[in-house]
Amino acid sequence: MLNIIKISLRNLMRYKRRTFLVTALIAFGVMAVQVFISASGSYKSLIVGQITDAMLGHIQIHKKGYMVSIENVPLNLNMKQHGADLISKALSTIPGVEAFSTRIRLGGMISNYTETTNLRLYGISPEQEYKTVPLLPKRILSGSADLKPGQILVPSLLAKGLGLKPGDPVVIIATNKDGSVNGKNFMVSGILDAAPGPGGRDGYISISDAVELLRMEEPEISEIAIRIKDFDKLNEVYGQINESLAKETTPQGKLKFEVHTWESLSPFANIVKMVNLMSLFIKIILIAIVLISVMDVMMMSVYERIREIGTLAAIGTPPAKLLWMFITEGVFLSLFGAAAGNILSYIVIYAIRFSKYTFAFGMREGFILDPHMTVANVMSVSLLVVAIAVIGSLQPAFKASRVEPIKALKSV
Amino acid sequence: MKEERKIILNPVFMKGIPAMTIVSANKLEKNYEVGKISVKALQGLDFTIDEGKIVSFIGPSGSGKTTLLNLIGCLDKPTSGTLTVAGADVTGLNRKESASFRGSTIGFIFQDFNLVPILTVYENVEYPLLMVRNVPSAERKRLVNELLEAVGMTDQSSKFPDQISGGQKQRAAIARALVTKPKLVLADEPTANLDHDTAYKVLGIMKKIRDEFKTTFIFSTHDPKIVGEAEQVYSLEDGKLMGMREGVKTDA
Repeated sequence: MLNIIKISLRNLMRYKRRTFLVTALIAFGVMAVQVFISASGSYKSLIVGQITDAMLGHIQIHKKGYMVSIENVPLNLNMKQHGADLISKALSTIPGVEAFSTRIRLGGMISNYTETTNLRLYGISPEQEYKTVPLLPKRILSGSADLKPGQILVPSLLAKGLGLKPGDPVVIIATNKDGSVNGKNFMVSGILDAAPGPGGRDGYISISDAVELLRMEEPEISEIAIRIKDFDKLNEVYGQINESLAKETTPQGKLKFEVHTWESLSPFANIVKMVNLMSLFIKIILIAIVLISVMDVMMMSVYERIREIGTLAAIGTPPAKLLWMFITEGVFLSLFGAAAGNILSYIVIYAIRFSKYTFAFGMREGFILDPHMTVANVMSVSLLVVAIAVIGSLQPAFKASRVEPIKALKSV
Repeated sequence: MKEERKIILNPVFMKGIPAMTIVSANKLEKNYEVGKISVKALQGLDFTIDEGKIVSFIGPSGSGKTTLLNLIGCLDKPTSGTLTVAGADVTGLNRKESASFRGSTIGFIFQDFNLVPILTVYENVEYPLLMVRNVPSAERKRLVNELLEAVGMTDQSSKFPDQISGGQKQRAAIARALVTKPKLVLADEPTANLDHDTAYKVLGIMKKIRDEFKTTFIFSTHDPKIVGEAEQVYSLEDGKLMGMREGVKTDA
């Protein structure tokens, strides 16, 4: 094999300009893929991080049927404390779960004593909530993240419309599940920046205030938001949670709870899908570049060296060795291209990081694109390139191995 | 079940054993289809060639010399008739078997030398041992150096083909053809691209090797120098064997 490699490398060096051009073409394709994957990966992780860490959580559990009516904030589909305790117990046994937070969602009206408008609220336990969605405290534009009973975090647009600032008194009026209306005085504890996605413009009160406002005898939980330790194991933990809750069924044998990942809770999952699709397309373009360029150069090579191939065949070189000579050439061509492409990618990605390129997402600006090349991406793209090069070399190599020496030796 | 084909070789070059037939043709024919016309390149050839001979096929262009060499070299298949080379019926060999047979039995010397341009002279000579015969390194080195010395190319061994003269290229090609110690060497117009002196030197090398290794040389040629060195001269015309005469050594 070493001799085949030696001959293949010398043949590549024999046509330096052609080898350089094909290598450069492959390198450009590899660079385009690596830069796109790294940049889009950075973009994805930033927006997913924003969505999950600022408000949504990675996974949510609701009472069965809640999600269908989530826009109505249906209080009659909240889970009883017993159900929430069952889930809490199950979650505490799953090692992939980092934190979880029980929430009561409600709709109501907010008044500054002069004007009144609608708002939606989360009743939360701040300590649990901040562990589950750690970016929530960072959304506080002014005031304090301490959410003591009697305090409210007001979303910024609402605060602007009602002219509210930290320390101002407000009244919240809400309808409980029996249809009666209740009101409660609150003091604005902080002004909250909007977060992208559903619920990103909701306010927060403590869970005990929500219980009191809705005249609940005990907390009735709308949802349990979960943060997992390793985001890459989202589906694994999701499966474990589903498995552990599968035994919780109604007397009719139906599941009591429904579990959703952030992807089914946020429309931004579609952006991620779109980015993944674009990554796939750019990989397909790379495949086309490698396939066409390698196949073209190898066919040209076979055509130009037909007499030489005929000579080698005439003196007894086994067809399999001729086949491997050309496949090896294609492999080395792709390896050179992949290596050069990865080096170029590293330089370009470093330049992007160095430039601190920023972009806006939702209402927020100034997100810094922070692309990174991963070993997994380098390996997968390089392997893809080599595999395609092998496929591209097969036809010319096969042709070389099937050359009739008598015809080849007559070629000029 | 498919029967495995065996190639039986005669131990033709053992010293002290009487000369044996290395090539035997019986009613050998080769037709080419050119469009709808069938061209008879060889017509019913019958001949035998003994081991250790220098044999020349002569005749005008189109007489069938190269076609005959291609058949003997297992590069092509006859249309009909039988052809035995080194004890093996070569008419039914498939592609892989032909390659294997050529690698083990036949050496080729081409008119245009056909050295591999990316390999040095040493590597060109080494190629059949390395890529065809899989000879171990030490033995390979010994054989290559022996042949390079025999053709007087030791001092040119590290050069590439484009760095040496035509005569040197042909000497390197001879070394490559002989390095595997083939029973038979086929040479198509081996001196066509060489000047007078170089051609004689090359012929001298071939004779020396024939004497040393008992190799059979078969040439197709127009060159009277080669004809003069041959021990048997076959005349071909329009694909027919017109006659054979014992060669007469001419003075250079």
